[in-house]
Amino acid sequence: MARKEKKLTEEEKAQEKEVQRNLVQYLSFTLNSEEYGVEILRVQEIRCWEPVSRVPNVPSYEKGVINLRGAIIPIIDLRERFQLEEANYTATTAVIILRVEEEDKTRIVGIVIDSVSDVLDVDKRTVQESPSFGSKVSTDYISGLVEVNGKMLTLLDIDQFLSLQEEEEKELN
Amino acid sequence: MTIDMEQFHQVFFEESFEGLDVMETGLLNLSPGTADMEEINTIFRAAHSIKGGSGTFGFMDVSAFTHVMETLLDEMRDGRRQVEQRGVNVLLGSVDCLREMLAAIQSGDEVDSKSVSTHQKELEIELNGSRSEATGEAAEIVVPEPDKAEDSAVNLGWHIIFCPHVHLMKTGNDPVRMFRELEELGDLTVEADFRGLPEIQDLDPEECHLSWDIRLEGDIERHEIDEIFDWVEDDCDMSIISFADEAEKNRPAEEDLVAGEPIVEKVVPAQETAKAPTKQAVKAEPEVKRPENKPAAKPASASIRVDTAKIDSLINMVGELVITQSMLSSLGEDFDMTKLDLLQSGLSQLESHTRELQQSAMGIRMMPISFVFSRFPRLVHDLSSKMGKQIELKLSGENTEVDKTVIELISDPLVHLVRNSLDHGVEMPDERIAAGKPALGIVHLNAFHRGGNIVIEVTDDGNGLDGDKLFNKAVEKGVVEPDTQLTEKEKFDLIFAAGFSTAEVVSDVSGRGVGMDVVRKNIEALGGHVEIRSKLGKGSTFAIYLPLTLAILDGQSVAVGDETYIVPLASVIESFNLKPEMVSYVAGRGETFRLRDEYLPILRMDNLFGVHRTESGKGSDGLLVVVEGQGTRCGLLVDDLLGQQQVVIKSLETNYRKIEGISAATILGDGSVGLILDIPGLLRLANR
Repeated sequence: MARKEKKLTEEEKAQEKEVQRNLVQYLSFTLNSEEYGVEILRVQEIRCWEPVSRVPNVPSYEKGVINLRGAIIPIIDLRERFQLEEANYTATTAVIILRVEEEDKTRIVGIVIDSVSDVLDVDKRTVQESPSFGSKVSTDYISGLVEVNGKMLTLLDIDQFLSLQEEEEKELN
Repeated sequence: MTIDMEQFHQVFFEESFEGLDVMETGLLNLSPGTADMEEINTIFRAAHSIKGGSGTFGFMDVSAFTHVMETLLDEMRDGRRQVEQRGVNVLLGSVDCLREMLAAIQSGDEVDSKSVSTHQKELEIELNGSRSEATGEAAEIVVPEPDKAEDSAVNLGWHIIFCPHVHLMKTGNDPVRMFRELEELGDLTVEADFRGLPEIQDLDPEECHLSWDIRLEGDIERHEIDEIFDWVEDDCDMSIISFADEAEKNRPAEEDLVAGEPIVEKVVPAQETAKAPTKQAVKAEPEVKRPENKPAAKPASASIRVDTAKIDSLINMVGELVITQSMLSSLGEDFDMTKLDLLQSGLSQLESHTRELQQSAMGIRMMPISFVFSRFPRLVHDLSSKMGKQIELKLSGENTEVDKTVIELISDPLVHLVRNSLDHGVEMPDERIAAGKPALGIVHLNAFHRGGNIVIEVTDDGNGLDGDKLFNKAVEKGVVEPDTQLTEKEKFDLIFAAGFSTAEVVSDVSGRGVGMDVVRKNIEALGGHVEIRSKLGKGSTFAIYLPLTLAILDGQSVAVGDETYIVPLASVIESFNLKPEMVSYVAGRGETFRLRDEYLPILRMDNLFGVHRTESGKGSDGLLVVVEGQGTRCGLLVDDLLGQQQVVIKSLETNYRKIEGISAATILGDGSVGLILDIPGLLRLANR
């Protein structure tokens, strides 16, 4: 009997480990009352919105570049990127500085969002693949949807997101 | 304790490449017949340290190869061999081969064993040829296997008594490593002599109290053993006696019968010993291969050797800066207006220290141009003998310092220009004599500072460029229209056009028509330009103008609306107020203005960059900055000139991407980002 119990706890432990192993932390933020998440390991820092230096002849969602301790970082407005209505920049408007991995190098990019909400533990196994929205919304840069505390969280695949952006630019040119 | 030897590999490679350069220069300075001992010694030392290093790091094929070179050099050093052109050429070839080997090992590639063995054979033939008095020995080097048995009958091994001094280990030498090297030469028996050991309580583990009695069997030459003990010569007492000599001395006492027995028996074990090295060789092979097979695709980290004096001055400067800073902060603790003078002088000190600090920090990246020049004596030597021309290379200004990036990127274009001068510039000796010039042509490489630029000139006293011939050729090739009017200078510039070559015969040196356009492209990529001066029959000069450093740029800040942009000062020609009456229109839109004798297009920066303006005056009373990029000029219409300053160049592409019309970014005095304009890019943007 005792042995069985012990076994159970071991199983439980294994299960817990399994859960732990599948847990990924996401930083969630709001955009026009929608919730989005990015993997927290990609977040370098969160800053307040500050004026940027505009770069000429680029899509309007590329707001410009800032000086981040000597590095030149592009800032992308996610609202404009998703073609949501433009919001005025307020005190809670934040910039998330992300590390974007490309084939052979890492770039630092900032995204402008309405406000930062929370750090959430997400079990990888509960993430649902994004359904197709037809041509209305591209799902290429969505790594999945997940429900957290009764709300839907859209998980962004930032590597895909920012490389897609470049392809679009190429098409524009 | 195992030390990760790989961490030293980079240093070894750097030193070896330097050593190879030293050897090359030395070899080129050797004039046949009159051997300069000092020069030979220098070459020998360089070869020796490469051999030692490669042996230590386990690059056995490198050390074996260098060994043969060293043997040859050793004979020259001892005067046993005359310094002849042929030998020098063979050695030069081997230097190249060695460089390739090292480069291959460094990048983890397979060593081209075919070329190695060819060079090695050449060396051995050279070694053989003039050592007729010692045929046996020489033959053994060429074909080691069969001859070994006979040869080793003379000498079957060595008896070494090795008594290191107590401090041996402290000099960084390890007997075990030496024994291991000995083991590779032949069958090794080592007996340690413990008699010198102190009591355990008196024992210092860093001291060496042991001595060894070493028997090394196999056909080994004395100097091979000497080399192993080379590093410790001064730190030990030792005797090296061959078995043969030893046996003669005390035949009955010698336990080892091999050397002492009559000839018949001598041969039998000799064959055994001959086999032993073969076994060793087989065993050693996988060891040698291991580093090559490793997925060592790790890119070599870029490092730079800096003169210690530069670092000292940098540290001095930092010290000064700290003092100024503490002075200012104590001043700030209780400041009142009476101390304003102090504050101002403190601030001006701070400014000058910062500037000096910046300069010396930039100085670290600076290297003398001799790093590039040093390869040319060899190039000229090889090419001139190949082409049958007599050419002397003059170098001057080798100590001119240039940014490290420039060093790396300028050498290919420069090689091209020099080859060009050799091939097309300097004529064959008989042609020269017919033209009343000395048979010996001169190619002059010169580097110097002028203004904010570094100028590198390649001058030859050859034929010079024929502007009309160039023009005709260009017409023939369809590079220009036949009725184009060109100045002499523009005709010269035609040789930079793509797909252009005037050489009658395409040689393997130059003349394929690719190259000169690439030369210009490379130099322009560095922010520089090329100028040609030439006189028919007298010679020509190619002058490369480069910015002093690539990390800092002299800029003119201009205001466009609320935005600030930086125009590279080097491309600014002049600037003035544009009055409406100066502007003429083409088709109602294309705006031009007349600058002295030229109509130039006006680029409205606000339109071009889509700058939002608050005040909507399409007034032409802005400021016009006349700029030049890649030979074309235009006027940039801006709102204001803000001042000239040095800016630190930051790449936009690190985190962002290439933007048309913008070459890079910088951080302005207020911490915001300013964009640096790319003039050729702007012109392309405007033409779209």
